[in-house]
Amino acid sequence: MITILDYSVNNLRSVQKAFEHLGHQTQVTSDADEIARAEKLVLPGVGAFGEAMRNLEAKGLIDPVVAHAQSGKPLMGVCLGMQLLFDWSDELGVYSGLGILGGGVHRFTDAPDLKIPHIGWSGLTFPRESKLYHGLENGEMTYFVHSYHVQPEDPSIVAATAHHGQTFVAGVERENVMGAQFHPEKSSAVGLRILDNFGKL
Amino acid sequence: MPAKRIIPALDIKDGRVVKCVQFENMRDAGDPVERAAFYDQAGADELVFLDISASHERRDIIAELAAKVCEEAFIPFTVGGGLKTTDEMASILAAGADKVFINTSAFQTPDLIAQGAERFGVQCMVVAIDAKKRGDDWEVFLHGGRTPTGKGAIEWAREAEAKGAGEILLTSMDGDGTQAGYDLELTRAVAEAVSIPIIASGGAGTIDHIYDALTYGKAEAALVASVVHYGLLSIGEIKSELKSRGVEVR
Repeated sequence: MITILDYSVNNLRSVQKAFEHLGHQTQVTSDADEIARAEKLVLPGVGAFGEAMRNLEAKGLIDPVVAHAQSGKPLMGVCLGMQLLFDWSDELGVYSGLGILGGGVHRFTDAPDLKIPHIGWSGLTFPRESKLYHGLENGEMTYFVHSYHVQPEDPSIVAATAHHGQTFVAGVERENVMGAQFHPEKSSAVGLRILDNFGKL
Repeated sequence: MPAKRIIPALDIKDGRVVKCVQFENMRDAGDPVERAAFYDQAGADELVFLDISASHERRDIIAELAAKVCEEAFIPFTVGGGLKTTDEMASILAAGADKVFINTSAFQTPDLIAQGAERFGVQCMVVAIDAKKRGDDWEVFLHGGRTPTGKGAIEWAREAEAKGAGEILLTSMDGDGTQAGYDLELTRAVAEAVSIPIIASGGAGTIDHIYDALTYGKAEAALVASVVHYGLLSIGEIKSELKSRGVEVR
């Protein structure tokens, strides 16, 4: 069973339907007790960092998510959901994140001809083997929509990178905690493979 | 830069696809959900649904459509056609659409772009512009091309960007439906005037047209309709030919 955290974000339904398409059972919940019992937890996310953290806090979900990460059970953040795993973000102010992974979230640096947000399909590079990205080959493309990207303190947690004016972190994995900056639920067959890797953990 | 995108556009009336032919392995070419899954598997990078229904229940039908599409197709999709409020946009996005596009309502109430951008993020807000050649520039038309505005497309594109548009879906009314090629000068002029991505639309008939729009025209994406719906070209053919000519595609 894959538990998808509901904290008023939009891509939740797409994530759920993609898992179901792959034959995985899902539940969508914002109930702290159900989250405490979750086997595999997915933190989806679209929107602004500060507002997402406010929603999590208002629903009393910060502690259950952090506890889940500490328990060693699989946790995946998607897009903003991955950013929330980090210490802080400077999106529209400075906001604290969940602090599960060390590091910050920063905007792409403006440059001539660089379109921000980064919207579209970009190729992934895998610096190391990981559970989430198992079986994928360098160059396979996934769908991104974001203006901000994570900068982990510990470079060894980087599981995938992509390029948009600069090389940035597209995926992370530290033991049971993993994430994707792109949208696997919108990345066709490659994205489904990644979700299936998580679902089969 | 991200890969250049090929985006089939589907016109939807009362929940059914308008204009299309049956392909092998397709049970019902008029079913938008099956159609969406077909184009996902064929390698399309995104989908655009234009709702042209006139019925009062259209909002519910189109939100229901968005909900069903994301059960079968796992690529981004944009929905638009007559949207006037951020609440209407919210129901479509909550159902699983990735973006909405607005056209006439954005022109008449430019703050609607800002309200949508604030509520959903600029990445969700696509402003569609229908433009027609007028001497040395291009004029914006509303209501599906029936109402001239007197305003130039470049000026409006700049304003839309300033209000918070994340992308511009730019249709050449002169090219639309002709399969005679995109208006490359229009596409290039608008692409150079703004820093947000341009989706070229209107006139795709050959791979050359698409290649030109994505290179000379400086578009980030090419909308295709009849040329793929009627099976004249497949997404796979378009992609492999673009790739062989050095265009980065998925």
